[in-house]
This record gives sequence, structure tokens and C-alpha cells, in this order.
Amino acid sequence: MNELQKQYPDEIRQILAKYPPEYKRSAVMPLLHLAQRQNGHVSPSAIDEIAEILDVSPTDVVSVAGFYTLFHLEEGGRYRIQICTDLPCALRGAEHFLKAVCEELGVAVGETTPDGLFTVEEVKCLAACHRAPMFQLQGDGEIAYHEDQTIEKFRALVNDLRRHAQTHKEAA
Amino acid sequence: MAVKMVNLTIDNHPVSVPAGTLVVDAAKKVGIEIPVFCYHPKMDPVGMCRLCLVEIGRPMVDRATNQPVLEADGSPKISFGPKLETACTTPVSEGMVVLTENDKVSEARKDILEFILTSHPLDCPVCDKGGECPLQNLTMRFGPGESRFLFDEKMRLAKQVPLGELILLDRERCIQCARCVRFQKEIVDDPVIGFSQRGRALEIVTFSDPGFDSIFSGNTTDICPVGALTTSDFRFGARPWEMNAAASLCTHCPVGCNLTINVRREARAGGRDVIKRIMPRQNESVNEIWICDKGRFAYHFTESEQRLTEPMMRKGSELVAVSWDEALQAAASRLKKAGEKTITLAGGRLSNEDLFNLCQLTSGLGGQYWMHGTMGGGDLLAQVGVGQGTNLGEFGPGSAILVVASDLHEEAPVWWLRVKQAAERGATLIVASARPTRLDRFAKCVIRYAYGEEVETVTSLVPEYKTDVSEAICAGIQGILGAENLVVFFGSDGLGLEGTTALAAACMELLVKTNHFGRANNGLIAVWPNANTQGAFELGYRPAADLASRLAEAQVAYIAAADPAGDDPALAEALRKTGFIIVQELFMTPTARMADLVLPAQAFTEREGTFVSGERRVQRYYPAVRPISGPRPDFQIAAQIAAQLGFSLEERLASLVFQRLSEAMPDFAGLTYQQLAMVEEQWPLIGRHDLYFGGTGYDNHQGLGVQLKPAAQRLEPLNLPDVPELPPLQAPEGAFLVVPITCLYDRGQTLLPTSLLHERMEKPAIYVHPKLATRVGLEDKQSFQLVLNGISTLVQVIFDENAPEGAALLPRSVGVPIQGPALAQKEIVSG
Amino acid sequence: MSGYVLLRHRDIPDLHKLDVYLANGGFAAFKKAVTAMKPEEVLKEVMDSGLRGRGGAGFPTGVKWSFLPNKIWPHYVVANADESEPGTFKDRELLESNPFQFLEGLMLSCYAVQANVGYVYLRGEFWRIAGQIDGCIADLEAAGLLGEKLYGSDYSLRLYTHLGAGAYICGEETALLESIEGNLGQPRLRPPFPATAGLYGKPTVINNVETLANVPPIIERGAAWYRTFGTEKSPGVKIFSLSGNINKPGNYELPLGTTFRELIYTHGGGIPGGRGVKAIMAAGASSTLILANDQSLDTPMDYESTQQLGAPLGSASVIVIDDSVNIAWLVRKTVNFFKHESCGKCTPCREGTFWMDNIARRLISGQGSLKDIDLLYNVASQMQGKCLCALGEFSTMAVASGIEKFRKDFEALVKT
Ligand SMILES: Cc1cc2nc3c(=O)[nH]c(=O)nc-3n(C[C@H](O)[C@H](O)[C@H](O)COP(=O)(O)O)c2cc1C
Ligand code: SF4
Ligand code: FES
Repeated sequence: MNELQKQYPDEIRQILAKYPPEYKRSAVMPLLHLAQRQNGHVSPSAIDEIAEILDVSPTDVVSVAGFYTLFHLEEGGRYRIQICTDLPCALRGAEHFLKAVCEELGVAVGETTPDGLFTVEEVKCLAACHRAPMFQLQGDGEIAYHEDQTIEKFRALVNDLRRHAQTHKEAA
Repeated sequence: MAVKMVNLTIDNHPVSVPAGTLVVDAAKKVGIEIPVFCYHPKMDPVGMCRLCLVEIGRPMVDRATNQPVLEADGSPKISFGPKLETACTTPVSEGMVVLTENDKVSEARKDILEFILTSHPLDCPVCDKGGECPLQNLTMRFGPGESRFLFDEKMRLAKQVPLGELILLDRERCIQCARCVRFQKEIVDDPVIGFSQRGRALEIVTFSDPGFDSIFSGNTTDICPVGALTTSDFRFGARPWEMNAAASLCTHCPVGCNLTINVRREARAGGRDVIKRIMPRQNESVNEIWICDKGRFAYHFTESEQRLTEPMMRKGSELVAVSWDEALQAAASRLKKAGEKTITLAGGRLSNEDLFNLCQLTSGLGGQYWMHGTMGGGDLLAQVGVGQGTNLGEFGPGSAILVVASDLHEEAPVWWLRVKQAAERGATLIVASARPTRLDRFAKCVIRYAYGEEVETVTSLVPEYKTDVSEAICAGIQGILGAENLVVFFGSDGLGLEGTTALAAACMELLVKTNHFGRANNGLIAVWPNANTQGAFELGYRPAADLASRLAEAQVAYIAAADPAGDDPALAEALRKTGFIIVQELFMTPTARMADLVLPAQAFTEREGTFVSGERRVQRYYPAVRPISGPRPDFQIAAQIAAQLGFSLEERLASLVFQRLSEAMPDFAGLTYQQLAMVEEQWPLIGRHDLYFGGTGYDNHQGLGVQLKPAAQRLEPLNLPDVPELPPLQAPEGAFLVVPITCLYDRGQTLLPTSLLHERMEKPAIYVHPKLATRVGLEDKQSFQLVLNGISTLVQVIFDENAPEGAALLPRSVGVPIQGPALAQKEIVSG
Repeated sequence: MSGYVLLRHRDIPDLHKLDVYLANGGFAAFKKAVTAMKPEEVLKEVMDSGLRGRGGAGFPTGVKWSFLPNKIWPHYVVANADESEPGTFKDRELLESNPFQFLEGLMLSCYAVQANVGYVYLRGEFWRIAGQIDGCIADLEAAGLLGEKLYGSDYSLRLYTHLGAGAYICGEETALLESIEGNLGQPRLRPPFPATAGLYGKPTVINNVETLANVPPIIERGAAWYRTFGTEKSPGVKIFSLSGNINKPGNYELPLGTTFRELIYTHGGGIPGGRGVKAIMAAGASSTLILANDQSLDTPMDYESTQQLGAPLGSASVIVIDDSVNIAWLVRKTVNFFKHESCGKCTPCREGTFWMDNIARRLISGQGSLKDIDLLYNVASQMQGKCLCALGEFSTMAVASGIEKFRKDFEALVKT
């Protein structure tokens, strides 16, 4: 049950140091981010562990995780392709781009590719309206912006990621 | 401290209320109803549901002169803001003008109700709350008449989500008012349910194991303003309008929570009344509007199929059914023969009336009467019990509470709640115990002692004895010295009769030496095992240390509402020597099985009576169901036996017995059933006509009870007992110390018939600190034969970091007899 | 304009590096403040500059700071880097490219209210930026600019980042505080206001990133200099985030009071395909729609003038809508955004955004009726004035103004 504490002792210490000791609970979001780093979602055991570290109930932790869209309690693809289709992006063709991406990957919005690598998601404004179409890639413990997109650029990225995943698998 | 009063007008009514009062409460106090959903008078306002929007104006002030601006007629000019304001979050202010009835407000209410109903399934015809539903009622009064929301576009959500085995959630009905979530967090400090998601997807979730793991969970179903939370006990059980309501009391612990029992006559029960549910009944000095889940759900024993229904007499080796006449005659003739060799043994769940007649009968014979139990000290409460007028709900800054040797959360949950809240309001809480309890977190000072050091610990708190004491004790003394009021709770955590008796004496000494007795909000409270243990003490019953030898020597043992043979093998052994055993009971207990004569008694739900709570409040309970045929009230049986013996006891009505009792007992002098039935208005106003405000709990028309004055308050001289010194507890090589503790969900006779609670009941197990376990060679989850007082029982080991290292903890009433601290050995079973 | 006040990185390469920032006069203002000015003097300078909050409400920054009671300690300052209003991307550019100016502003704010701890609340999507800001903070600590007894004074200061996780509502200041405290990001009741009971119940200043980035030049060059930009009541420069149907979308730093026309045509290069402007949203998705015409295009973009059009300037995220766009579609977009972001705490917003989204979806998919247009308008009005926080009110703006000003677009979608 002490997986996080075993794996990230320094990070946890640093996180807790940010907040007054009597308000440990403040660390719940940073710890959820940490828990998600490894495999893209927050597992039930991580929930329990965070609750224990912060001396709150597991329900409190689930509750916070459930409120925020970047936390995932369920497993998804290794990479979540989160395409902004909000108003400013939509005015610049984001919805067409979304469609093209779905066709490219052969999935509908919300679905994951059969290889478990990509989940396509539609999201709200990401503060990149001037560089639409764009998406963010949530995966491998990171969030990266990909702006001024075309389907060609996207294809190249997908190929890169596939290759990356392949070499990792072989290494492992 | 004088409270500043604020004057305002609400719908043209002048109102004067204390500063800080919320507009919604101020209106309520003068009978103006501002509808609410999220607001609950027992919780901090959150202003979420927006139903309470009203128009609020405030006197205009000229900025330059700082003077009020006046109208032509000289009245202050009132300025109204552009927006309506939430009455539930706005405190009153001087000169405020509140309008709750105009078009703008009515329109807003209709709008908000319409919003709420857009997502609501409107499945009132199949909803448990239908008929007592704030949403239903408020919609009828203030809502729109038709639906503009497309039915097809409603959210379809799960309708029967078990949050645990006790509480079910209907996600479609939830209106996200957060009353339940806030109750669990703010009121009972058990945040095991919460919201997940957001916006329209916001939903209640729980992640605890077992689900909704809180002993107060049932209360959320009372305050839920819709049918979203229901108990699995009552769900689909009855419609509110089909049920009758009877005022009652909880019989499970010494708090004396006021209850309402809802019953319905049912054909499938042969036309008998069936209890459908237990609800809290408001008593702000006792349980406010809350009860624990044990009180709410553990009533099924009263209707158990296993109840005794006929008198039985031993003929040969068999107990065979006999008529009441034959049984009473047999009892009388045996008792007559035994005379002073009669011993009566009574349990703490009998009413005062029962206990009174039993002791009168016994005294008439020249016999002796005793209480069955292992906790002493109740006699001291007659001297220094809390004074009349004590109300934990008033405790705050300047008051102190000491809790010694009791895990209130498990033993008397509503006291735990009230003590916790007192501490949160600023009362100084001192907790002295051998192990961590859930009260620690609210305490100013936690004193940790080893089992066996209870008396010493309390004595060291007496300021004038202050010698070389620990930091915690020092803080405790400071807390006591700084307090105007002090109440001491003592319990039996880890203690038997000897220990509790000594502890009570030590507590009394502390109170007397610090002058905290003889007045309201000061004095001693005992955390008894039963609802009326205190009443038994008041009537002169005492637990006997040498009960076994007394029983063995008796010619007749008359045992009522007690199971000595089941509780203590030594007593079972003794009873084998007793000449003749009469048992008056609900069930065929181990003691009843040994009896020569068994007399079936009525359950408390079938009759009326009074109990004395641990706070020495005498309270009435009323008949809730028509009695099943056969059993009789205990007091009546005693009186009927007495009649055979030629002396007259009151056998007709409990009230008449009580009349005699109050004539005979000085502490009860002058008390009548009428007095006990008196009520005065309580705040908050809750109850039947405006369920939206406080929930579906019942208001109190049947009596708030009367707190007895302790001798000290009647200015009678005190009789301070010596504080005995107890020999230290030390386990020799090869043995270890086991102490009894009390758990809420034990396997007692009145609890077991409630199958709903089985999952949460304690198993035959001991809680052992891993270090102690290593020392004596026990492993986690291991089953082994525990040898206690020469008797071997199979129990499980549960590792518990919170257990002390010096003693293993054994819950009472789980099937392993334990009377007090004892030395144990293990006998590992192989295979 | 000679040189940028906020977007200085466009003039100075690598300004995001501490040495470059220092070499270009960085931290002169902070040093001056800590070594030569009393906190009240810093506050007064900001108050005199007339700087108004750039997060949307335009509240005078100095006045906000002055609300903190001196009887309750500690004080906190929280920088609002949640930037989630659709159409807003100005704080991001500052954080990425000129982070030290923002941090210096935050530090000055901390000094002015004598806070010893400041937090930067970043939206979760700014994951990389948060890492970068953490790096900046570490650099500042290494350089002795953050830590104990700065410049030999008694003043100590620590800064920390707190990363959100995808919730627009956390830009609302009390929801933001809840989020830092480890709770659901749901707004608190007000009063009490954060200035008296904010983070951990303590007096707290919350300012937008851009607001804070204005502070170092104000302290360095003085209030009078700052007032040379902008208008009397809306002094200073503002970053306008320009997006939508526009040739050159992006951030433009301009004095407050610049007209829409200048922004759209001079800086933004006009509309693609030479189309006409149909509508303008000045405050992102929360905007009241402005009907584009000569009068509105010539309206100066400052807090007062824009308001004259019935449309608040907000965070000045200007979304340009050309004449090919059906406003009903646009309204559905905004409503769907608010439905997604409603925190769910209060009834009208939780239910109203859900309901409006249903009606709007019906309308744009051709399933709606004329009655639905009225119903949509009605639901929006029914929400107004009843919500617990501004999000709920925001959600009705485009709906109400859209139907009022572009009803034909809605009617065109109704099959008759
Ligand atoms: C729903 C909502 C979202 C908001 N989002 C942001 C935001 O992303 N960034 C921001 O700086 N202010 C945002 N605000 C405004 C803040 O509540 C607050 O007024 C601001 O941070 C104060 O800083 P300022 O005075 O420097 O503008 C939002 C307000 C509301 C009601
Ligand atoms: S208006 Fe209400 S539901 Fe909406 S975001 Fe604010 S508090 Fe939450
Ligand atoms: S908002 Fe006042 S009762 Fe809900």
C-alpha cells in the first residue's frame, strides 16, 4: 500500500512542504497528479494511500479526483488526445480536425484505439485559441500542447508515439 | 454576557432577535416560513439551493454625514439591492426590511423549484418520502403547476445504489443540497460520503469499507429533503400516512434518546401492529434531533419470533407451558417458603415501575434484591450526579468535560456527539483513557494511562494533590481550574465492578474537591451498559461482588431481564445450587433454560414506563404496539405474585406504580407522569408541519422528562466514600492481561435479532497490539483457544496498533464471558 | 509605442532566463521596494497608478490590497494563473516568456501586504509551464531573491506553485482557494471576502497574472508614468487576446481605450476572405454579444466605454465572429462550455446550464420550435440574479444577447 511513498519519497516531501502542516489536505491535488504519473489513472490503492498520507477519508480523495477533468479514475489509453473544440478553436476548424483525427485513428470520441495507445477526447478551451486547431497530449505523466495542427503533423506524432511505445515494449 | 438584540421587520412584522441570527431563522421564529432545502438549522449555511431567496432592504446612510436618510414621513429610507438575497446566509441587521411574499420572491421560488424539478424523476407514487417530502410539499405550495422540461431529456440515473447495507441512494432524486455530506463532515466528523463529478453530473459517492461506514448514517435519511436517501430497513415498507406514531425511548444505552416508533397494522401479521421504523424525537437536552444507527435499527428483537409467549414450569426435566394462574401460584408458594432466602436479580433494561414492584415484593418477603451487572458507582450519582438543568448543548467556553475510561463513540454515541460539539464550541475537553478513542481529536488534553491506573489518574487531577505530575495531567488540571462548569463522564473501559466502583469514588472526590457538584452543568455521569441502570441504582439496586455465593445460597432466585448464566459461567455454576429459579424474560436465555419457572414479559414497545438516563433525567415511554398475547408487564407480574402472598402492589397501570414510587423515593418526590409529559417550545422548530426545515424527525409533544436533583443540589450533606486502592494488574509469565471493552454492535440479546446489522457486529475476537502478540506468540487473524478464568473459548486475534501494549482488548457480549480485567492464557488449536 | 511594458520578451530574446531578466533591469523594482520603501508606499504607488484587475472584474488593485486587516496574520497572496476563459491566452504568454516580471509583481504584492508566502495557482493544463515556474522559483531562491531576510531586511518570502486539474470554475477566486485547500473547486459564500478570510481563513489577495506583471514597471517608473497609458478611469496597457475569425490571431499589448476597429483591422489584419464582422465577444465565452457596426467598432476598449455597449470588457479576450457564423450555433457552444464547467453547487446554474444546453442542442439540430427560442431566453432570464457565483450569470450572457440581437439566426434553424 505504500507504493507512492516508496516510489516518490522526495516528491511527496516537497509537496507537503508547500503547505502549512495543519493543512496537509492541500496536497491532495499534487498527490493525485503524482499518483497518475505512472499509468495515467489513479488506482484505488493510490486513493487509499493518499487518504492515509493526508489523514482524510478515501471518499474525500475520490471526491476531489472526480471533480477535476484531468484526473482519471478509470484506465484509458496510454495517451489521451484532448482536442479543444471550444468556440474560438471551432471558429478555426477544430471540429473538422477532430473528425479527421477520429478517422485517422479509427475511433469515435471517447474511444481508445485497440492497441490501447490512444484515447480521443473533446475538451474545452486550453488557452491556445490563436493556434487552433490544437490538442493536448496527456500521457506518460506529462501534458504537452500541440498547436497549429494539421492532420499530417498529427499523423507524424502518432507514428512517433507508436514507435516509442514499441521500443519500450521491446526493452521491457 | 448580554446578547445584543437586533430589530428588523419581516413582511411588516417587527421582529427582535439576537445579533447573528440568520434571516431565515428570524422569520421562522415569528411564524413566517421561508422555504429552504440546503439550509438546516443544525448546520452552517451554504446558500446552495437558492430557494430561500427573499428581498432585503437596508436603511440608507448618507455617506457624507453618516446619518440615516429619511423619507418625507420621517421613516428611514430603505434601499433594496437589485438582486434577491439568500435568507439562509444573511444575518439580520438593524433596521433591515425583509420581504418574503411579494411577486418577485414568489417568482424566484417558482423558478428555483422548476430548476430542481427539471432533473427530478417525479416518481412520488413509488417514493418512500412521498407524503413527508419537503420537495413535494414545497412544490405544492410554491412550485410551478406544469413541466416545461422535456421528459425525454431528463437524466436517467441509477435508482438503487447501496451506499452500504443500511442506506440506499436514488441518484435521480438527489437535489445536491449536500445536507447529508455536510452532516457527515460537520456534525459527526465521519466524511465517508462525498460529492464526485460536478455540474449536473454531481453525485454522492462513498469509498468507505464497509459502505457508508458511520454509526450515525440513518440521520441523513431524516434530513434528506427528498427521497434520495432511504434506509434499507424501511424502504418500500409503508407510506407515511398509513403509520401511527408513538413516543418512546431508546433502550440501548444510557443517553435516553427520545424516539418515535412508527407502526402499522398489517394483515400478514395477523392484524397486529408492526413496527415500521424508529425515528428521532426532538429533545434538545438529550439527543437534539439525532439518534445512532443502533437505536434506529436494533428494534427487531421486540417482534422476534423467538419471544416467550407462555409461562412455563419445569415438570420432570422439561419446561412445559402452564397457565398464568398456575405459574403465579407456583411462584408465590415458592417465594413464601423461601422468605428471606429469596434473592431478586434485575437487569438495567427494566423500567422504574418494574424495578419498584420487584423490590417491594422482595422486601416484603425479607429477601434481598440486586442488580445484574459489572459496573458500580451509581449510588454516588444520587449525591453528585449532574445537577438539574444540565444540558451539554449549552457547553462552550468556560465549561470543561472530563471523560475517563469510556469510548463514548461506541458506548453512548449521542453523548460522543454532544461532547464533541461542546468541545467545538469551545468547552475544554479532557480525555483520559488507556487507548486512543475518537474523542481524542477534539480534546484540549489527552491523558493516556495504562489499564489499572484509572483511579490514580483521576486522583492526580485533583489540583490540591498536585505533586510531580505529567505534562498531560498538568494540562488537565489547568483545564479543570479554568472552568466554571465541569462534568465528568466515567465508564467501564477495561474495568469490572471493583474498578468502576473505585473510579466513581475518585471522580466524586475530584468533583467535590474542585467544587463542581450540586448545580446545573456540574457533576458526574456514568456511562452505563443499560438504558435504566441508573434507575435501578436510584431504587436501591446494587451490583454484588459476591453474587455467585449469594445465588448459590438462595432458596429462590427471582431473575428479571437478566441472564447471569449466559454472561458468567461462575454464576451459571452458582445457579445450579440455587433452590428454585424464576426467570422473567423476553427470550429463552441460558438462564431461562436453567429455570424452574419461566414468566414471559412484555417488550418495552408494548407498554409504558419510565427510565432514568445517565444524566438522571426521568423520561417516559409510551405503548407503541398492542401487546402480543401472553406476556405481561414485569411490574404486573411482580404485583400479581405479591397479591398471592397477601400484600398489595399496584398492578393496574405503570402510572399508578410510578405514583407509589414517587411517594416512596425521596429523589422522585412529587414527580408525576403528567410532569414527565410536559414540553416547552424547542429550537430549532422541526417536525410534522414543516419537514423542510429540520427533516422528518418528530417534534416532541409527549414530554421532555425531568432531571432529578442530586442530593447535593438539595443541599443535603455529602457522604464521601473512601477511594479504594486497587492492586496493580500484572501478568505472570505465560499469561497476559485481557480487559473488557464495550463495542456498539455487540452480539447482545437485543441486538442479534436485527439481521441488518450482522455485517457490522463484533465477532468473538480479541484486539491485540502486535508487540503484545509477539510477546505471547499470537498471530494476526489466528484463531486460538483463549483460556479466561478457567474457561476456554475459540476466538480470533485481530492486530490493532491502537490497542495498548500491556493488555489485549475483548469486547463484551460477543460470546466470550468477561467481567473485568483478567489473566488469560492461550491454548493453540492445531490444524 | 516604444517597447512593450508586459510583452517585453518580444523585444528581448531569452527574457525567461533569470540572468537575462536581471541584465535588463529585472528586480530593480523589488529591490527598491524591499530596501527603500515601506509596504504602504508600494501599496500607495499601485493605488495611484489606477491599475485595475486584469482577471475580468477590473477592480482597482491597490484598493484590493488595502482591504487586508492588519490584525489578522499571516497574509497570503495568490496569483490566479488559471486562465480558462475561452478566448483568453494572455497569461500563458507572460508565464512562458516573461515569467520573472510576473513573479516580481507577485513578490511586490506579497511585500506590499507583508505576506511571507505566495502561491501561484496554475490551471492543470499548464503542466509544463508549472514546471518552468518551479524552475524560476528555484533560480530565485538560488540567487537569494527568495528566502529569508531578503536584501538584509527582515522580510522573508517563499513562493509555491499549485497545479489545478481541469476546472474553469477554479478561476473564480473563492473556488480557487477551495481548490488549494484540497477541496472540490466550488465557490464560497461571500461575505466573508478573501481579503478578510481567504486562504486557510486568513486575509488573502488574489490577483491575475497580467495584473501582477504590471506592478514592477509601476514601482520602477512610478504611477504617473503608468497613467500616461490608457484612459483616466482605465489607465495603463492591456493585453488583448484576439481570436476567432481573424487573420492574425494573437496577443496584442495596447493601451486601454484602443478601439475594436484598430485591434481587429490594424493589428489583427482583418477578417479572412474579407468577410464582414457580424459580432464581437469582448470577454470570451462570458461575453454579452456585441453587434458589429460602425458605432461598436469605434468604441474604445476600456472598462467604461465597452460597458456602454452593454458588454463588460472582462479579461479582454476578443473573439471576432464573421458573417458566416450562425449565432445559435455559437450560443450552443458557449452554453455547452458552461454546462461542462458548472461546479454544480447552486441550483440555477447546475440545472439551468443543463437545460439551456438541451434546448440549444435541439435548436441547432433542427429539432427545435419557435417556442424553444422563447424558452431558451426564458430559462436564461430565470437564472439571472439567482446564482451563487458569476459563472452561472456568465452562462446566460451570450444566450440572452444572442437571442435579443440575432433572433433571426435561431428562427432560421426552426423547420416550419
Ligand atoms: C467563473 C469565473 C472564472 C474566472 N476565471 C479567471 C481566470 O481564469 N483568471 C483570472 O485571473 N481571473 C478569473 N476570474 C476572476 C477572479 O475571480 C478574480 O476576480 C481575479 O482573479 C482577481 O484578480 P484581478 O483583480 O487581478 O483581476 C474568474 C471569475 C469567475 C467568476
Ligand atoms: S453559479 Fe453556482 S453552480 Fe455555477 S459555478 Fe457558480 S456556484 Fe457553481
Ligand atoms: S440557499 Fe438558502 S436554503 Fe438553500
